[in-house]
Amino acid sequence: MPQIAFAPEVFTWPSDDPQLLGGLCGSCAAVTFPQQPSCARCGSVDITSHALPRRGTLWTFTTQDFLPKEPYASGETMETFQPYGVGMVQLGDEVKVEARLTVNDPSALRIGMDVELVVIPFRVDPDGTEIMTYAFAPASDETEGES
Amino acid sequence: MDDVAIIGVGLHPFGRFGPKSAIDMGAEAIRTSLGDAGAEWKDVQFAFGGSFEVDNPDAVTGRLGLTGIPFMDVYNGCATAATALQLTADGIRSGQYEIGVAVGMDKHAAGAFTSDPVDYGAPTWYGEQGFFLTTKFFAMKINRYMHDHGISHETLAKVAAKNYRNGGLNPNAFRRKPIPEEEILASRMLNYPLTQYMFCAPDEGAAAVVLCRADIAHRYTSTPIYLRATTLRTRRYGAFEVHASWAAVEQDAAPTVYASKAAYEQAGIGPEDVDVVQLQDTDAGAEIIHMAENGFCADGEQEKLIADGATEIGGPLPVNTDGGLIANGEPIGASGLRQVHELVHQLRGTAGDRQVPGEPKVGYAQLYGAPGTAGVSILTT
Repeated sequence: MPQIAFAPEVFTWPSDDPQLLGGLCGSCAAVTFPQQPSCARCGSVDITSHALPRRGTLWTFTTQDFLPKEPYASGETMETFQPYGVGMVQLGDEVKVEARLTVNDPSALRIGMDVELVVIPFRVDPDGTEIMTYAFAPASDETEGES
Repeated sequence: MDDVAIIGVGLHPFGRFGPKSAIDMGAEAIRTSLGDAGAEWKDVQFAFGGSFEVDNPDAVTGRLGLTGIPFMDVYNGCATAATALQLTADGIRSGQYEIGVAVGMDKHAAGAFTSDPVDYGAPTWYGEQGFFLTTKFFAMKINRYMHDHGISHETLAKVAAKNYRNGGLNPNAFRRKPIPEEEILASRMLNYPLTQYMFCAPDEGAAAVVLCRADIAHRYTSTPIYLRATTLRTRRYGAFEVHASWAAVEQDAAPTVYASKAAYEQAGIGPEDVDVVQLQDTDAGAEIIHMAENGFCADGEQEKLIADGATEIGGPLPVNTDGGLIANGEPIGASGLRQVHELVHQLRGTAGDRQVPGEPKVGYAQLYGAPGTAGVSILTT
């Protein structure tokens, strides 16, 4: 089955070690996600593409338990909707990014837990093409119940 | 700079009103506010009108009289009404006008707000991927706050229950039935940790305020209320804000903190002087956070204050005495002027069943909304 990224400019994929692509300000070194045309801190237009760390810590999270209205484009209906987790993930000392989480059970999520980037199917189009997106999953070496 | 007085307030009830248009609700609110002020539409020299859904709030002039006055339309997210109020006040402070009206009106479809994320500076995929929801942001903000400052799920329910209870005392409110805390906690989870009954709902309604130069207020009313401060602030780098796909690692305070400090400075008073408070309770968590962001307590003190009933109508720090957004819903353009309507009645001593005891003299209102904009107003007798 063919797979394509929902927005190829946002993450490196296909890859065994996919990375999110942010923007780095050449003037003040602020990092944004995704890359934007100018800097949110100093307004400089000297911005270059910048691959972000693959691992981070969960700064906060919630769950999306109701089907979002358009422009949400998962193809789901009220009947088929699968709630998803959403978190702010701090990537080193660079930036916090908002991302889908592979876990949608709040009791299995913990502020401060280690997470890592994965690429997962978001939607299957009528022609069978899988639309892929990025998400963070609990890190493989994350200790359960650690506080 | 000339001082500004509020001489009249008017409200079209908030809720659902079938085919009735937002323009008709806005015209009714203005007519009520003019009646309250003892003024007539022909006395009004200028106006600001705020709305999300209505492109041209100035169409109310066709219901009130086409007098040819300058009527400016504004939109500034959930801070729209604070913007209309500030600009109207500024028109009087500057000496350009003596008497003007600020009005807000809206008529939203049911369910969470949505728009095109591109209009908010976010990429198209931000919406397609399921990130473009205000409710999810508020949930993430309170979840972190609960973790950092020891706020319990029960406290979230207590705030919502109080606002439904206060709504029950307010004939203009959308939700007038008290809901027990257990039922609030057990209602459908929308965005953890926030359940359905912890959120406000978009709805319909209008509110209007008549302002004039303070030295002529007594021509109209024996109970003018003075507008001591109006401030607006947008987010700074480092704040964690709605509709953002990223946040800086270094942290700065929310725009409410800056709007609040500036308002206290402008009014020459502090949070300890405030007798009645209206806060943006988009959800129960927002009311809790906003208590601290506006200087009414330290982070974490809300847990005990709310358990002790401090924010009830009879408590030392009454918050959202008319039921707030949770009981009134949020017609965006009107919401902040509803706050002013409530504060004016509280300060006049005409708030009926929900009157704060002890003759309150200082009222405080705060709005917060996308994409990180806050407005604060301070009123005194």
